[in-house]
Amino acid sequence: MEAIILQILNGLDKGSAYALIALGLTLIFGTLGVVNFAHGAIFMIGAFCAVTLQRMLSASKSFIDETQTDFLGNPKKVEVPYLHDWFGPEVGQSIIEWSVPLAILFAIPIMMFVGYAMERGLIKHFYKRPHADQILVTFGLAIVLQEVIKAFYGANPIPTPAPPAFTGAFDFGALLGFDPNTIIYPYWRLIYFAFAALVITSVFAFLQFTTFGMVVRAGMADRETVGLLGIDIDKRFTMMFAIAAVVAGLAGVMYTPINSPNYHMGMDFLVLSFVVVVVGGMGSLPGAVLAGFLLGVLESFASMAVVIDLVPGINQIIIYLVAIVILLTRPRGLMGRRGVMED
Amino acid sequence: MGILEIKNVSKNFGGLKALSDVNLSVQENTVHAIIGPNGAGKSTLLNCLVGKLIPDTGSVTFQGQSLLGRRPHEINQMGVSRVFQTPEIFTDLSVFENIMIPCFAHRDGAFQMNALASVRKQSDIHEQAEAILEDVGMLDKRHMHAASMSRGDKRRLEMAMCLVQEPKLLLLDEPTAGMARADTNNTIDLLKEIKEKRDITMAIIEHDMHVVFSMAERITVLAQGTPLVEETPENIKGHPKVREAYLGEAQV
Amino acid sequence: MFGLNSKDSTLLILVAVLALFAPFILNPFPEGSALAQFNAGYPDLMQRFVIFGIFAIGFNILFGLTGYLSFGHAAFLGVGSYAAIWMMKLLTLNVIPAIIMAIIFAGIFALVVGFISLRRSGIYFSILTLAFAQMSYALAYSVLTPITGGETGLQLKATDTPLLSNLGPTEIGRANLFGLDMRTSYELELGTWLFTFNTGYYIAAVCMLIGFYVSIRIFRSPFGMMLRAVKSNQQRLNYTGLNSKPYTLAAFVISGMYAGLAGGLMVAMDTQVGPERMFWTASGEVVLMTILGGVGTLIGPVLGAGMIKYMENIISKINDNILHQWFAFMPDGIEDFLVTIIHPFIGKGWHLTLGIIFMLVVIFLPGGLVEGGQRIGRMFGSGKKADADTGAADTKPAE
Repeated sequence: MEAIILQILNGLDKGSAYALIALGLTLIFGTLGVVNFAHGAIFMIGAFCAVTLQRMLSASKSFIDETQTDFLGNPKKVEVPYLHDWFGPEVGQSIIEWSVPLAILFAIPIMMFVGYAMERGLIKHFYKRPHADQILVTFGLAIVLQEVIKAFYGANPIPTPAPPAFTGAFDFGALLGFDPNTIIYPYWRLIYFAFAALVITSVFAFLQFTTFGMVVRAGMADRETVGLLGIDIDKRFTMMFAIAAVVAGLAGVMYTPINSPNYHMGMDFLVLSFVVVVVGGMGSLPGAVLAGFLLGVLESFASMAVVIDLVPGINQIIIYLVAIVILLTRPRGLMGRRGVMED
Repeated sequence: MGILEIKNVSKNFGGLKALSDVNLSVQENTVHAIIGPNGAGKSTLLNCLVGKLIPDTGSVTFQGQSLLGRRPHEINQMGVSRVFQTPEIFTDLSVFENIMIPCFAHRDGAFQMNALASVRKQSDIHEQAEAILEDVGMLDKRHMHAASMSRGDKRRLEMAMCLVQEPKLLLLDEPTAGMARADTNNTIDLLKEIKEKRDITMAIIEHDMHVVFSMAERITVLAQGTPLVEETPENIKGHPKVREAYLGEAQV
Repeated sequence: MFGLNSKDSTLLILVAVLALFAPFILNPFPEGSALAQFNAGYPDLMQRFVIFGIFAIGFNILFGLTGYLSFGHAAFLGVGSYAAIWMMKLLTLNVIPAIIMAIIFAGIFALVVGFISLRRSGIYFSILTLAFAQMSYALAYSVLTPITGGETGLQLKATDTPLLSNLGPTEIGRANLFGLDMRTSYELELGTWLFTFNTGYYIAAVCMLIGFYVSIRIFRSPFGMMLRAVKSNQQRLNYTGLNSKPYTLAAFVISGMYAGLAGGLMVAMDTQVGPERMFWTASGEVVLMTILGGVGTLIGPVLGAGMIKYMENIISKINDNILHQWFAFMPDGIEDFLVTIIHPFIGKGWHLTLGIIFMLVVIFLPGGLVEGGQRIGRMFGSGKKADADTGAADTKPAE
């Protein structure tokens, strides 16, 4: 029992990332009808927003401190972040440590701009071209974006720790009445899940309760009619692209303490996120979220030792296997609509 | 016993009854028109004939053989060709290639692994294709890219593609929809000419009464998924049930 | 010639001549000169040109003709490679049985994957093929280690004792063709030029020519015409009495067999294989090659494969020092500036260059290099040469 709860919890954080990326992919696909292979790269750029902010905050001045000596006996060169100077060492240090949560604020405008620029600069020219062309050009864009990041930040993962306040782990076992230390779960993962839930709820609320969202939903259902009503649907769709970019970007920002970001993390997540979208049903937002969490949890169950003993290698292939079975038995995915991407 | 027998066919979409208990018999070598107001179930009926939809109940037989459960290409190979509402042709191919494909289908069947044969050397296919293009007056356009043709030419090409297979039954789904009157008349002439030259049965779904009354020998009126009457054109014109069904929509 | 019309014969002969004289053509710069780093005429790279050319030719038969975009073709390459190395480990070091087995195994695997994946079209098909390939990769990496050697892959070892080859007790086998070692090369020195003629390269080149010839035949066959009809209007095809399923499946299997041939040849050249050969980026690479060269054209995939492999090997070797040498004639400030500008695009940054070129091609030149060549040809008014390569648009019947 403890093991099962632990696996569900373990699946949630990866599932959250899948769900957030898949949600953005579906928003873009549902509104613009574009299959965006560069969405993983957006996730990755989000993560590197966190890295950038961390570096900016830790920018230091270096000087020679005559009172200290290094191991050779020379006067020691010390580096002190500017923030320590400005806010005093304690406050300054905690600002640096809180760089990942702070990066949320930092990333929102950046990601909006990235999304806006991508849609206006590239994607909009591909609305009328075949899906294969859309896949290909966004695939090319993804390569370019990740290589640009590689050129600036190198190929190695960059550790981006969570604030010390969240580095510990939470003992679920004690809370739920099991033995202590049986279900240990890091705080940050808990926060990631809560954050993902918050973002997902906000997106749904936004679509459900604002006029903007209403028009977008109507546009997803029947683009031409809404266009005929004299509503400038294109402008709203551009906004949707920007929002989708923000969602993926924030997913990336918050994921950095879980896995140190590297330039190809986007592609790794993208392949799986596409599988998630297809399993959930192309164009279905609830489907994307549901499938994201479902596959995240399934993946984590499949990596239990008991399961691997039973079916060796299952942890490696479970997601693909599920996708194949679902595509063949339920062509429209779990919650897909009729007529989406069908010839 | 007609060439095409439709017995007790019903089809529901969710709660919506598209067809209920349709009985229809198309006699060999006649032009049979199926008319009716929008939403009468004409297209659903047609889709049930060609294997795109499977009726919930009832039977469809062509020359005594059931069509139910057969896939579109199998039904075509039995001798049923279909002309679509908007011409369906191979837009990326040349006119001549468009014609050659049904020739190959007619000669070699639904699948032939002839990956190393050369299209160039199939002289029988070339002759056949040239003959039909001559027939429909498109021989001079043979090298044209099919996408770049006018709508009327696309329609002509599609009909030629169907005719070259020498079908026994030709299904036409609103062949003149969206056409100007002159084009419509051309199409009527083309169809009449075809009818004169060959032993062929035609089933036409049509909105345009001008087309229906200048060609059809039998007319079935479909309303709300059921056939109302089946009569000759003369008897249909003043039929009270038909007027009722159309509520003045028809141009009779 | 060989049942081809004169235009196709010319193309085939042209490719044959290029392949035959590749050691000369690709080595235009004398040894030791500043430009020698642009020479591509060394065996390892030439082998890769033709092998990836085969891979792309096969991929083009599927994607170029039917429009089905497979994102998992590297799986067939991998299966072919594993089949080939096992033949060499167990049966004989002669490459012929290894290559044949590679084609057969890849074909069977493609039949299974294709049968399932082709039940869907569009993006669903792409995702299904991707899923199958990633599964194969994951399995080759982990559970199938006894067959695949896991992460380290498989190599010929001293402990291997192929049935039909006589090896000394500690001798590591070398791939051969009836005793002709694949690695032997003949070097020709002409003045300061050095040309290398490698056995392995010529065997691979012959395979490529056969593959290229077969692909021309397929393009010009009724079968090929049906495949283009699938791409153009599958519904009309079905209502014309043709069953599109076996056509697409046959195209899928054929292109899988080409991938298997490429995989088998890779093993024949370097007698090793690892699972990364099946990773999805490898599948993406063949997509890039085909698009870059010109999808749906005969020669395009070969050009695309050549271009990407050339960039991978040559651009990635250029470094800042070389740039400084080139721009040394300029004032220092401008020299440094230029080097700084170009720096991200060379060396390890060659992927960036590739990505940008690829995007530009998809946006502005959907017909790839072939279309580019045609446009240039038209600009200079030599329309005759320009349409020599349009494989798809050009099957005019004999008059």
